[in-house]
Formats: sequence, structure tokens, C-alpha cells
Amino acid sequence: MDYLCHILVLTGIYVILSVSLNLIAGYTGLLSIAHAAFYGVGAYVAALMALKLHSPFLVNIVCVVVLSGLLGALVGIPSLRIRDDYFVIATFAFQVITFSVLNNWVSFTGGPMGLPGIPHPTIFGLQVSAHVGFLILVGIFCALTLWVTHRIVRSPFGRVLKAIREDEVFAQAAGKNVAAYKVLVFIIGAGMAAVAGVMYAHYISFIDPTSFTVMESIFILSIVIIGGSGSLWGPVVGAVVLVVLPELLRFIGLPSSVAANLRQIIYGGLLVAFMMWRPRGLLGEYAFQGKEARE
Amino acid sequence: MSEAILKVTGLSKNFDGVRALADFSCDLCHGEILGLIGPNGAGKTTFFNVVTGFIAPEDGKVSLRSTDITGLAPHRLANCGISRTFQDLRLIRQLSVLDNVLLSFRDQPGERLGNVFFRSKRCREHEGQNRQEAIRLLEGAGIAEKAGDPAEDLSYGQQKLLSLVCCLAARAEVLLLDEPVAGIAPEMKEKILGMIRDLPDKGKSVVLIEHDFDAVMQTCDRVVFMDAGSKVSEGTPQEVRNDPKVIEAYID
Repeated sequence: MDYLCHILVLTGIYVILSVSLNLIAGYTGLLSIAHAAFYGVGAYVAALMALKLHSPFLVNIVCVVVLSGLLGALVGIPSLRIRDDYFVIATFAFQVITFSVLNNWVSFTGGPMGLPGIPHPTIFGLQVSAHVGFLILVGIFCALTLWVTHRIVRSPFGRVLKAIREDEVFAQAAGKNVAAYKVLVFIIGAGMAAVAGVMYAHYISFIDPTSFTVMESIFILSIVIIGGSGSLWGPVVGAVVLVVLPELLRFIGLPSSVAANLRQIIYGGLLVAFMMWRPRGLLGEYAFQGKEARE
Repeated sequence: MSEAILKVTGLSKNFDGVRALADFSCDLCHGEILGLIGPNGAGKTTFFNVVTGFIAPEDGKVSLRSTDITGLAPHRLANCGISRTFQDLRLIRQLSVLDNVLLSFRDQPGERLGNVFFRSKRCREHEGQNRQEAIRLLEGAGIAEKAGDPAEDLSYGQQKLLSLVCCLAARAEVLLLDEPVAGIAPEMKEKILGMIRDLPDKGKSVVLIEHDFDAVMQTCDRVVFMDAGSKVSEGTPQEVRNDPKVIEAYID
């Protein structure tokens, strides 16, 4: 039972990460590979606040979202002036810098040793400790992320995002401030990713920089692509598939050393297969046809 | 002649030594349809790009209702009352026809992030009004039954029509139309030209780039002939057509 809860909590964290990246990459068309950096910033800031300031959990989470959003703006404003491939490189650079800071600022972040002993959060006097407690907490934040994303993509604001993804020049000619939209979406996505980081830090209670590498960013991006970019539920399905699938390998009796490598092969294989036969991912196809078109 | 709504003076622009615009000046009067013709590479589209802010001019001034608007960002200019179509038909092909029109309305409260979560009633009302207006415009163009289809499913002619409808949805006073009837069937061409001819009655002023001389003759009040980035001839369509300089430029 605990094992099942553990898997579900992890899935929930990846749902938050991939849904927020989907807003940036799937809806607005900004291919960012800095998502794990915002995830890491969220985790480290929450851990440091909990360990050093002993501030309440809900205060931490608000601070984390604001701080990560500011960082999103700091990265977003200069890098959104450039397009396509150059934007990917810029986000890649930010990802590498964040990892280096976490890894090398030993006195503050603990460097490669990480930060152990992050306490379980207390909300209104209730301590969230058991797996079930975390499952509920992560579930709430998943629902919140999905609700916010749903509101955004169904609104005229979301329509502008899709227009930017498809044709920036058209969006500009229609009087939309493309740069402002991009920065806003980047900030929102960064804030949401940081929430996932907070969940992770408190749940695992130990964090180190290896959880927030470029590989992690690419893993989140794979979830979005395989699940279906530009669809609300695509990344949710993608997260379930990519988190649960490797766990199933445990049950077919493979030694763990083989299973670990097999995981990477499966991810790679899935990505190639989807690119070749279903580039829109599992659910992505519906996103590109309006509701009216299907009826 | 009534006063100029759009006034362009001394525009210059070079692309790697090629003179796209060389000291180009031109006025657009309120409620007129001005045809802009000339051979390929004469600088007609560059002129549109400069006026709509996609290209910054090296020299010269663009003013709208005697306000200097030179070098403003494209989205700002689009909100000042200038709307354009593109030669290479820019539409959001994956979105529905209706969504393309809805995108073209200016200053929508629902497009502000804060309003996504608050004041949803006001946004819904506004969106509802825009939706009715969009359907009305699409009905006027005769493509209302396609409203739910993705824009890419329309025929080429219908896509040209849709981009004109999008331009109308902007409620702009000045419309810059880049080859609105190039490469489409005669019936559709008549329909689009008819819609363009109706624009001055709605208080709009139009600059029309077109290669089809007959279309220009039927539609425009005044014509400017451009070659190598400058104005060669200007006048009524008849005058320009008979101008020896124009004939010479076409024979070259």
C-alpha cells in the first residue's frame, strides 16, 4: 500500500511538472529545457527555509512560487528576445548554471552532499507524514495546477498563446504583445515547477543536485511529448505512463542493474517511436482540432 | 480631397545594398482606396512592413492622423488603428475559422492574465459580443458555415477571404491589403473586390497592393506606381496606366 502511494506521489509530482511545462512548450511553443532548474530551485528554497528559518509550510510555498517566478522573469526577459533554437540553448545554459550553483555552493546548498533531514510539513497544526497524507497534499496541488492551466488555455489569453505557437507574426499583426505573453507564461510555468520541487523536497526529505539535471528536464519534456503537447490531459497520461512503466519492470524479475539501464532504453525507444508514428503524442491530436471540428 | 489619414514622408530602407525604399513619400486620404502597383521587388511589401512596424526604416517618417508612429512595435501599431493582411497568407491554420477572427479583435479583457481568474463575467460578456460580431462578419463574407472548421481546411480563396475578415474584425481605420486577390478563382476575386469597394462607406481607408491591373482599375480611386523603391507615377488609374514611364518600366 505504501509502495502504491509512493508511486502515486511521484506521479503527482511529475504531473505538476509536465502540465506546467506543457503550458510553456505545448501551448506557447517555447521549447524550454530549464524546467528541472525551476524544480530544483523550488526544492532547495523550500528545504533551506524549512531547515534554517523553520518558517511554516504555506509561507514557504508562497515564497518559493514568488521567487521562482522572479527567476523565470529574469531568465525569460532576455532569452525570449531570441527564437527557436537559440531559446533552447539559452534555457539549457540556465539549467547548467543552476546545477553548478547547487553543486558547488557547498556552504549554502550542501553541494554534492545535498540537504538531509528536511522536516515533514505542518499545515494548520496537522503534520503531513504518512504516504497517504502526502498523496492528498500532492493531489490538491495537482488539481490546482490543472485548474489554473485549464482556466488559462480555455480563455482568450490561451487563444493568444496558441496563436503565438503557430504564427508569431500573425499574433503581432493582430495587436498582441507577444513578448509580454511569453514572459508571463514562462513565469507561471516556473512558479508551478517550483511547487513540484517543494513537494519533492518535503516528501523525500533529502535532496541533492543530481535530481535536477538536464536529464531531468529532458525527462519532463519526454512526458509532455509522449503524453501529447498542447492538450490538458496529455501530460497527465504521459506522467502516469513514464513513471509507472519502469516500476512494472521490477515485477518481471529483472535484476535492478539491468532494469535501471532498460529504463533509459525504454524512454529513448518510446521517444523515437512517438516521433516517427505519433508526433502529437497519446492525446495531442485532439488539441489541434477544435471541439466543433470533432462533432 | 479630404485630409490625409496616413502620411509617409521620405522613407528609406536598404537590404544589404539593395534599395528597397528610396525616399518614398505618399499620402492616404480618408475614405479612399489607394492602389500600390509596381514590378516584383519594387518595395511595395517593404513599404507595408515599415508602416506596420515589422521593419524599421533607416530614414523617413510615418504619421497616422498627424501623430508620429515611426518605429513603433508591430503590436502597438496594430492597436493604433492599422490592420494588414499578408501576401503569404498568415492565419492560424490549426485553429478554427471562428478563433482566427476572434483573435483579431483588439483590446479584449479576456486576454489579460488577471482576468483569466477574476472578472470572468465581464470577459464572458465581451467574448459573447465578439463572437456574435465574428459570426456576422463571416456571414457577410459567406463563410459562416465553415466557422468551426480549422482554417487550413478552407480553399485558398476562402483563406484570402478569411484574412480580410480578420482585418475587418480589427476595427481599424487603415487597412493595408497585400495582394488580396492574387491567384484565386474569378468568382472569389469578384467577391473580395466587392467587399474592398464597400470599405470606404464604412469609414475605412485602404492601401491595396495588387499585380492584377484590371482589379486595380476597377477598385482603386488613385494609384501609385513604384519601381526600385521610389514613386514613379501617381494619379487616377487611367492616368497611371497611360503614363509612358509606367509603360517603360513594365517593358524593361
